[in-house]
Amino acid sequence: MSSESRESSEQETAESETPVESQAASKELQTVESVVIRFCGDSGDGMQLAGTQFTNVSAVFGNDVSTLPDFPAEIRAPAGSLFGVSGFQLCFSSGDIYTPGDEVDTLVAMNPAALKTNLADLKRGGTLIVNEDAFDKSNLGKAHYDSNPLDDESELAAYRVHKVPMTRLTRDAVEGLGLSVREADRCKNFFALGLVYWLYERDSKPTEEWVKSKFGKYPSVLEANLRALKAGYNFGFSTEQFTVHYEVPAAQLQPGKYRKVTGNEAVAMGLVTAAKLADTELFYGGYPITPASDILHELSKLKRFGVRTFQAEDEIAAITSVVGAAFGGALAVTASSGPGIALKGEGIGLGVIMELPMVIVDVQRGGPSTGLPTKTEQSDLFLTYFGRNGDCPMPLIAARSPADCFAMAQEAVRIAVEFMTPVFLLTDGYIANGAEPWKIPEVDGLYRVKVRHPKESNGNGDGFQPYLRDENLVRPWAIPGTPGLEHRLGGLEKSDGSGNVSYDPDNHQLMTQIRSQKLEKIAESIPDQEVDGPESGDLLVISWGGTYGAVKSACAASRRQGKSVAHCHLQYIHPFPKNLGEILSRYKKVLIPELNSGQLWIIIRAHFLVDAVSMSKVKGKPFLIGELCSKIDELLED
Amino acid sequence: MSADTSLPVLTQKDFASDQEIRWCPRCGDYSILAQMKKVLPTLGIPRENIVFVSGIGCSSRFPYYMSTYGMHSIHGRAPAIATGLKVARPELTVFVITGDGDALSIGGNHLMHALRRNVDLKIVMFNNQIYGLTKGQYSPTSPLGKKTKSTPFGSVDRPLNPLSIAISAGATFVARSADVDIKHLTSVLERAANHKGSAFVEVYQDCNVFNSGAFEFATKKDQKEENCIYLEHGKPLIYGKARDKGVRIDGAGNPDIVTLSDVKEDDLLFHDETIDDPTHAFRLAQMRWPDSPEPMGVFRAIERPTYDGEVDRQYKDCIASQGSGDLDKLFNSGDTWEVKAKS
Repeated sequence: MSSESRESSEQETAESETPVESQAASKELQTVESVVIRFCGDSGDGMQLAGTQFTNVSAVFGNDVSTLPDFPAEIRAPAGSLFGVSGFQLCFSSGDIYTPGDEVDTLVAMNPAALKTNLADLKRGGTLIVNEDAFDKSNLGKAHYDSNPLDDESELAAYRVHKVPMTRLTRDAVEGLGLSVREADRCKNFFALGLVYWLYERDSKPTEEWVKSKFGKYPSVLEANLRALKAGYNFGFSTEQFTVHYEVPAAQLQPGKYRKVTGNEAVAMGLVTAAKLADTELFYGGYPITPASDILHELSKLKRFGVRTFQAEDEIAAITSVVGAAFGGALAVTASSGPGIALKGEGIGLGVIMELPMVIVDVQRGGPSTGLPTKTEQSDLFLTYFGRNGDCPMPLIAARSPADCFAMAQEAVRIAVEFMTPVFLLTDGYIANGAEPWKIPEVDGLYRVKVRHPKESNGNGDGFQPYLRDENLVRPWAIPGTPGLEHRLGGLEKSDGSGNVSYDPDNHQLMTQIRSQKLEKIAESIPDQEVDGPESGDLLVISWGGTYGAVKSACAASRRQGKSVAHCHLQYIHPFPKNLGEILSRYKKVLIPELNSGQLWIIIRAHFLVDAVSMSKVKGKPFLIGELCSKIDELLED
Repeated sequence: MSADTSLPVLTQKDFASDQEIRWCPRCGDYSILAQMKKVLPTLGIPRENIVFVSGIGCSSRFPYYMSTYGMHSIHGRAPAIATGLKVARPELTVFVITGDGDALSIGGNHLMHALRRNVDLKIVMFNNQIYGLTKGQYSPTSPLGKKTKSTPFGSVDRPLNPLSIAISAGATFVARSADVDIKHLTSVLERAANHKGSAFVEVYQDCNVFNSGAFEFATKKDQKEENCIYLEHGKPLIYGKARDKGVRIDGAGNPDIVTLSDVKEDDLLFHDETIDDPTHAFRLAQMRWPDSPEPMGVFRAIERPTYDGEVDRQYKDCIASQGSGDLDKLFNSGDTWEVKAKS
């Protein structure tokens, strides 16, 4: 839209006194397939809440949704500062989507710092809604603006700009409720939300219900938020500043009942499901860490499912409490992120040598060290694959999306219990906090892990043999309380069979081999790798973890342009699916995009001697479909 | 009733494993192991319901020599492992066997938190004031000036007082004994085993290879009664071979050694294990030989809800009030929507 039309719409706003009905009738409703919205403001502005509410109403309406919360590590960074900007991006669509979108269609910026840090992602011609009241001298200074960008035509010429005095209008809307100015101003996220609800024809009922349940004890706050929401909606409806609004029809998802889940919620539900269906108790030992803490929060609410949670004194106590609980016969789980996983290494190794079933969830974030706590990355692959002393192999699986966390958490439990081993489940900040629709499964159709605790000795009169193995090299999970099966485990190398301490050289060689061969046995139990796209051809793109959506979308886009590009997304990393090597041999080139410096790339090259190409991004942000397409094109041109 | 439902009577031998004991000859650990085997049959607990968890160090080999369930784990982490086990299986009787390095140096954090939570664990810490398994470095309880392999010019580290740590952390049972003081050790271990909640027992243990004779003051027949006060609940603090000396509290609140002929018995400090306030126990823990006679026995034994018991209670309350978890209901909670098949 030209700058002229922006000017005229502003003038009209100032003059708008015409009755509401006649205006609304004149407003055009356009149908679009997919929209990307980003709400951004101060970390105290309630942008995560606004984004989550928009996601909920869109999901309930029937759109496919994908979200990307992006917030600073500081809980309340100084107001107005550039580093204190918190954003929530979501894509909602009438077709299938796999990412929260590359470019933003509508950007809601609550202050100058938010505008400055987010404008570059708004597509040319996109809609920009700003709270013009926040563009005062102080806030402009904090955002390092020399002059007000809203007054500069050239600065925003490429966008459809809507300057809305949100602070003032919100205060007006809540007047008479006895709120302080500060309290009144905290409602302006609901004003912004209401406005965007109008813009995209959303039904605000689910949000109204949420406000009523959340603020039931504070009637004036409840009323203020509802009024702000309505005022925002009516502002779009009645003022001539907004001449067009949009609808995004419901998506054609598979028939069934859906709800929205984040990755962390899905991990918690998957663990509870596995435990319940195995008819056993779940023990969760954890220490608070971003972005994994929500798993602890979710599980601690679910005690009625046979869940015992333990907030440990540190990461080491968390993992070792899990060792103790596993010895006791519980399904024992911990979750953390990079720094915590680093501390857990020795405890995990103890679980490996004692061959106890345990699940360790690593919700990856930017590293090294404290790194980027609230940003996503895939850089713990080496840490989890190799990061223990000694030869210490462990199964490693990775979820590909928020909803997939549900299935993969159950799969982690299955491998742990059926093969008596600690298992790593990798997720990341992007899928842990991101949300998508989840098709609610039928309980009867879910896999039941079989937990077996022997009651009888296996020793033929020689006493119980804790390391006597079955055909899968699995030892019995005998637990305290069982008469006659008393035995001692430990971190010292033990004799195969009896489990007694052994320094025998040949026994150590044997036990090291067995621990490794167990992985081969696990490979027999996992599904073959599937390929999306041509069975052979010019390029195979391999991805793992949370980059699934972006890579899948990029490969599909390339195929639509007639290119020979296949996609292989790995959920099993250690062991690899048995047919992976054969798949690799069918393509001329292999590309491995990762949000790290090429960790899977090195493992694939070492494992298969294939001259794969790495694409590395470590910016704390997910891949854009566009940048993947460019890399694919570049490789195909070579 | 014709069926005999009583527990089989177990003896000391029933608690010995088939493993050859590999401590150095004359190590104090042998005596502690023997007393433990004496105590266990008195508890009336089936062998399969007892678990010994240890960390790393000479003392931590202990579980291998017991015929119960056991785990020889990693350095310092036994209290955390035992906490996980006890929370998952509150009906088990769980002992932690640890040493001064394991419990107070690398594992200090876990010890403190197990005690403040009052997890129902019996923690027996063998204190030999030396790192024995790594062949003789000073430990967090070695006295100032101690010459060892890593402190050839004498240690400049001030030692920790294990009982003060335990009392400060909120331990509900705190006691001290010595390896070869057989009767005393047996009675202390028995009291600890029967305590509901965290029990912390420090056992003076002679490392005859790297720190021989460190505790002669408390173990030698001709010395111990002059150097130690054997605590008895409800009784005044009296000691000495002739039971001619006692402890009273002076005007400033400090312990004062007195000769019994000079004071009335009623003016002496009386021992009370059951005071909730830790001041009394802490004051006793501060009395260390050679500056003063050193108390031995049970310093503190109070009742408080256990962590594992409370976790279990919440868990059962949730099931009682909300019903056993229903997966279908869980999946269908929150905002849900229906996608209809295209007609």
